[in-house]
Amino acid sequence: MNRRRQLCTFFLQDLYFGVEVEKVQEVIRYQEMTRIPLAPEVIAGLINLRGQIVTAIDLRRQLELAARPAGQLPMNVVVRRDDGPISLLVDEIGDVVEVEEESFENPPDTLEARRRDFIRGVYKLKDKLLLLLETEKAVSVAGAHAA
Amino acid sequence: MDDSRPDALSNPMDGMDEVIKEFLVESNEGLDRFDRDLLKLEKDRSSRELLDSVFRAIHTIKGTGGVLGYEKLVAISHAGESVLSRMRDGSLLLSPEIATALLNMADALRRIVEQIADSGREGDTDCAGVLEKLNAVLNGTKPEPAPNPVRPSVEPKVPPRLGDILVTSNACKPDEVEAAAKLQQEGDPRLIGEVLVARGAARPEAVAESLKLQSDHRDVVSNTIRVDVALLDKVMNLVGELVLARNQVLQFTANQEDSGFLSTAQRLNLITTELQEGVMKTRMQPIGNVWNKLPRIVRDMSVGCGKRVEVEMEGADTELDKTIIEAIKDPLTHIIRNAVDHGIEMPEVRAAAGKSRAGHLVLRAFHEGGQVNIEISDDGAGIATEKLKARAIAKGLIIADHAERMSERELLNLAFAPGLSTAEQVSNISGRGVGMDVVKTNIEKIGGTVDLQSTRGKGTLLKIKIPLTLAIIPALIVTSGGERFAIPQVSLIELVRCEREQAAIENIHGAPVYRLRGNLLPLVACNRELHLDSQRCSESVNIVVLQAGDRQFGLVVDEINDTEEIVVKPLSKQLKSVACFAGATIMGDGQVALILDVLGLAQMARVLCELREQALTERATAASENTGERESWLLFRIGKEGRMAIPLSLVSRLEEFSAAKVERYAGREVMQYRDRIMPLVRLAEAQGYAGAAESELLQVVVYSAGGRSVGLVVDEILDITDEAAQVEQIQQVQTIQGAAVIQQRVTELLDVPALLAAQNLSGVEGARA
Repeated sequence: MNRRRQLCTFFLQDLYFGVEVEKVQEVIRYQEMTRIPLAPEVIAGLINLRGQIVTAIDLRRQLELAARPAGQLPMNVVVRRDDGPISLLVDEIGDVVEVEEESFENPPDTLEARRRDFIRGVYKLKDKLLLLLETEKAVSVAGAHAA
Repeated sequence: MDDSRPDALSNPMDGMDEVIKEFLVESNEGLDRFDRDLLKLEKDRSSRELLDSVFRAIHTIKGTGGVLGYEKLVAISHAGESVLSRMRDGSLLLSPEIATALLNMADALRRIVEQIADSGREGDTDCAGVLEKLNAVLNGTKPEPAPNPVRPSVEPKVPPRLGDILVTSNACKPDEVEAAAKLQQEGDPRLIGEVLVARGAARPEAVAESLKLQSDHRDVVSNTIRVDVALLDKVMNLVGELVLARNQVLQFTANQEDSGFLSTAQRLNLITTELQEGVMKTRMQPIGNVWNKLPRIVRDMSVGCGKRVEVEMEGADTELDKTIIEAIKDPLTHIIRNAVDHGIEMPEVRAAAGKSRAGHLVLRAFHEGGQVNIEISDDGAGIATEKLKARAIAKGLIIADHAERMSERELLNLAFAPGLSTAEQVSNISGRGVGMDVVKTNIEKIGGTVDLQSTRGKGTLLKIKIPLTLAIIPALIVTSGGERFAIPQVSLIELVRCEREQAAIENIHGAPVYRLRGNLLPLVACNRELHLDSQRCSESVNIVVLQAGDRQFGLVVDEINDTEEIVVKPLSKQLKSVACFAGATIMGDGQVALILDVLGLAQMARVLCELREQALTERATAASENTGERESWLLFRIGKEGRMAIPLSLVSRLEEFSAAKVERYAGREVMQYRDRIMPLVRLAEAQGYAGAAESELLQVVVYSAGGRSVGLVVDEILDITDEAAQVEQIQQVQTIQGAAVIQQRVTELLDVPALLAAQNLSGVEGARA
């Protein structure tokens, strides 16, 4: 039997990522952000989501990618969490795609360990690879970076 | 679609869970009511109503528990019910032992309910002891055990069945109801009330009354619903947003002429306000919800230590925000424990002192000036301040001489110092030395204050003032480094604005200070502390004077905007590591602003090093302030090991000069300072201390009087301290006022006028008062 799952996809630099749809609360365009002095640098700031204050995590910084080019505004992928939603800042939003479990493969061993933590696996699509984001890891912030 | 999701959670127990959840909540409430009413019953043993209420509580648990198949629960509540029914038919009278056995039973039931909540099963809680005690109570009076089998309850549904009501109001025997129910099951078409009346088992008026009770119950049930707090919070958030949207709409109305639009906007305005108030109310709870647990605690404790305590409550319906209710729960319990354990004396002692044998504990709550006041008073022994004092001295918290000069009130406040307890013995209840300080910290954390009053032999009164709600607080909005921040008004003392030109901001070894009415106020630059860009360089300096613990400091910000009522929202756990923010809020324009945590900021900027210790030293200084002794001292080192201090009020500046700037005049060292000639005194030489370092840079304490200055050359500036100095005369030295212990070191206090006279520089001295 073909097991399928739906992924909400987005782009980060040249990478194509997906998050399970049921974990995503909503996708919204760029929101004005309040930055937080002394906060760990992966935290981009706070946004106002209809009266709820949501912490935004810059996935580019989280994954140690190059900084977003100046002038390019990130989009928010708001993921649901037990302790309230968290927004992941991404470059661009893709479609919701349906993938087959057979096309799933674990991340290759050659991937650097610290990057590997963020990628649960790879779906081999016809024309490209879709990386399944480890949301747990993506929303976690390592200890106090505060100066 | 669910089965296509590998990680979709499915729970077949979901439908069942609801019933059990409801049962658990109801049981907990029932048990709380049981405790409460049983305690009241202990005082008023003739009250039928109370007896019925406790009976009903246990009866319901037994009934519902039976349906859900919780055997242990049924067995225990059955035993308790048997005892209670013996009390109802008058063959047993409530004694303290019976009450204890029943309360223990309630605890056992609570434990089981907890187990069910955790694991869904009753678990292996050992309840043999409880059962044994209850049986002993039963058998101790009359051997004949009351046959009271578990009734085959078919529906554990509210409203209660007529039969149950009749049984609980003692209008009818349980077996009669069962017989009637059996008849019904066998096909008797009559209603149960009719059957009972026909059989002569119940009087018609009793049945009528019970029917009325039953319908009353129905009304109550349909008038209230349970709501998840998370849902309320969400609604509250949305209402907050609505308020913002409303505000924006109202701004548009200013340039609108359309009367239809204007009146609609007006209505929107009114409705939103009303809606906001309504939602706020849903979060309010009567303080009685917390208090209800206290009589039980008092009883357990007083029985445990052989005391007799009566609890009175006034204003239990005073309402408070749910978050606050939660925050004061533990402090209140602690205060009550303290009052019973240390405050109220043993009955004999009380009788000897001419008081009633039973102690009185009074809890009062009332609204006043937008705050909730809670007063807890007892008529016990009061606080032995001399014991507190002795303990504080023994622990090195205060100096003996100091203590002598402390007022009664200041001594009382020592009770809040960490590590102090006047209990002679450490009991398992209190006296471990943690307690009142934690109470104080917890209450201050939610913006409240605690005040302690006590009269020896008469009793103690503890007054707590707390804000109505934590969710909305008044705050000052400031801008710094281009960001907006909210500062809770409770920490705010005053605002100071001065021109940069004439700003009296001075540096003590890199630490900026401001002279605020003669006192030095340490300054913390917001931009620097929070690593913000500070490209702005305006003409004026804005200082926000803040209170952190018992200490004040000035926060320098770019701009001071306005005060506003803000809705406090917590930060997510990803931001836990940032100590200087207490939360965030949404401003009128929909932007998020951070709320500064004044205590956290003060600690970060090292205005406060060790909060508690500091608080104590401060308190000690405050004590001496009353006797006119408080002074700040500048500490410095001269020579290799000379420690000296002079009153900070005599210091006009601290400077660092290159040794090359020193010139000579009339055999003395001088230097050019502010276009004048300033004589220098090398203190190490003048005071005969060896080992003055020949350094390139001179540390100079500038002393000014009558328009002239003298530079005192020292070897190192050590510190500025507020520590009250206890001056002692050890040896007569002309230029020394005496010695004092400052920061645990013996320190000489320099007599500057005398020194100048000795140096033939008295001319400078002239104008000094």
